[in-house]
Amino acid sequence: MKTILEIEDLTVHFPINIGTVRAVEGVNLTMEQGEVMGLVGESGCGKSTLGFSILRLLRPPGNIVSGRILYHGQDIVQMSERELLSLRGSKIAMIFQDPLTSLNPLFRIDDQFIETLLTHEKAMDRDGAFGRAERMLESLGISPERLLEYPHQMSGGMRQRIMIGMGLILNPDLLIADEPTTSLDVIVEAQFLDLLNDLRKQYGLTILLITHNLGVVAQLADRIAVMYGGTIAEVGQAGAIFESPLHPYTRGLLASIPNIKLDQLKLTTMPGSPPDLVNPPSGCVFHPRCPRAMEVCRHERPEGYSKDGRLVTCWLYG
Amino acid sequence: MRFSPAEAMALALSQFMGLGRKYGVEWWILVAGALVVLAIVFMALFSGVIAPFSPYDQSAGPQLAPPGGKHLMGTDNLQRDVWSRIIYGSQTILRVAVLAAIISSFFGIILGLISGFSGGIFDRILSLIMDSVYSFPGLILAIAFAAMLGPGVINITLAVAVIYIPTYFRLVRGQTLSIKEELYVEAARAIGASGSTILWQYIFPNVIATTVVVFTLNVADAIMIEAALTYLGLGLPPIIVDWGMDLAMGKKFLPSGQWWLITFPGAMISLLALGFTMLGEGLAEILNPRLLER
Repeated sequence: MKTILEIEDLTVHFPINIGTVRAVEGVNLTMEQGEVMGLVGESGCGKSTLGFSILRLLRPPGNIVSGRILYHGQDIVQMSERELLSLRGSKIAMIFQDPLTSLNPLFRIDDQFIETLLTHEKAMDRDGAFGRAERMLESLGISPERLLEYPHQMSGGMRQRIMIGMGLILNPDLLIADEPTTSLDVIVEAQFLDLLNDLRKQYGLTILLITHNLGVVAQLADRIAVMYGGTIAEVGQAGAIFESPLHPYTRGLLASIPNIKLDQLKLTTMPGSPPDLVNPPSGCVFHPRCPRAMEVCRHERPEGYSKDGRLVTCWLYG
Repeated sequence: MRFSPAEAMALALSQFMGLGRKYGVEWWILVAGALVVLAIVFMALFSGVIAPFSPYDQSAGPQLAPPGGKHLMGTDNLQRDVWSRIIYGSQTILRVAVLAAIISSFFGIILGLISGFSGGIFDRILSLIMDSVYSFPGLILAIAFAAMLGPGVINITLAVAVIYIPTYFRLVRGQTLSIKEELYVEAARAIGASGSTILWQYIFPNVIATTVVVFTLNVADAIMIEAALTYLGLGLPPIIVDWGMDLAMGKKFLPSGQWWLITFPGAMISLLALGFTMLGEGLAEILNPRLLER
């Protein structure tokens, strides 16, 4: 398998008036061609920031302090603004959480597709672009006639499909999906995940699926990366992680999924709350909440250790 | 399908009435405003055809003749026909007010877009300048500019234009700031749209709709400012026919009973300003999509 994306020691900070938010701190992550990587974690753990960094779409004051993001061996961190414009959309695409506001409300769907195609592909003419858009809508399961409609004439699920169509129209090989199903109801969510799975096979897509919903990850992801407090806690095959989580945080996360088969009186929860990323705890960021914290956890930051083909950032395995 | 002219007229009329039923009273306010404005624009365009006398003709009739007979609105102390002067005067006031609104909207919109979009120190400085201009009463500022620039049609237009730039600037900057945070702008960035594409394809079309209403209301306001400046003798050389100046000249004759010299120019200024205000208010109500759903 070929490596498509290699994130090496990436650190992203947001300097604000009360200090520096260490949103992403020394993250390493590798994605292989054609796989779906689920990036999970609580709100504010840095998973979306990581996604935005890959396209260099961080909002000021967010900036990449150090590290490399290698896409097919090219470092995105060093790219010029011009190189980024041709990278975004045609090589790496991103879709967002809220389909209801992700399309320009003033233009018809066909115009939005055509505009995107014409700006990126110099040889394309309007008719050719319209044909491409028609075929894209068909593969999304939407009647091509609806190209002539405005975004407000479509349902939320349909708009989310159009959104992903806009992302894929330029044939990118990497798709970053930032909580793509959060605002959809469960039925539409299931349909959307099926579609994503089909498109992945059809277009040979590699997908980085950012979500806090473990159910979504379980359905789609080949591998899972669990983030906590701006760092990667654990990376491994999806099945293995669900079956036997190694990192105490992953264990807590999985244990807190309610199980309908068990006769539980109370939901299992993890004590404590996510760390303050302006003043993160010393040593391992998880140690204040960790049931198995040791003396070393308080003082020294663990590195990633290999264990059973997985990468775990925890002193238990060091 | 082909229609005879009569059928086409009937169809157009029924559509027109239909719009009236759909939008209610706002539609009739809009229509009334549009009619007043169109009538005065027509007056300005075809002054030479409509006016019975030259506005400068000092032998049009007897001195200070009351309205009636040959002189619809009477004559002034220099034996000129007031109605003809009203007709020619519409050219001056429309030209100044509309041109001033165009100039100020152009600069206000462009600066507002750039300032809101780029942000940073440029935005801060420009906002500070605009806010300080905005904090002056419009007329006082216009008087200052007019006094500085001296008389002339172009100069008075600029003096009036300057005071409205902050109105557009603030409106457009605010809209730009909120639209650039919209998810569809973020999504456009994610598929590789450049800064200028985002500004012109995404932000500009969303912003421009709101300025249309402000534009018509500004013309109404500019009419009052123009008339006030020329009434004070600051705007134009006396050779130019202008309602505000006729008003100033006519006021001397009011105590001696020659009311028509001041009444007609004053009424025309009010009527034109009212026409544009009604047009603007009507547009504001009809363009507001929330009201469309009634």
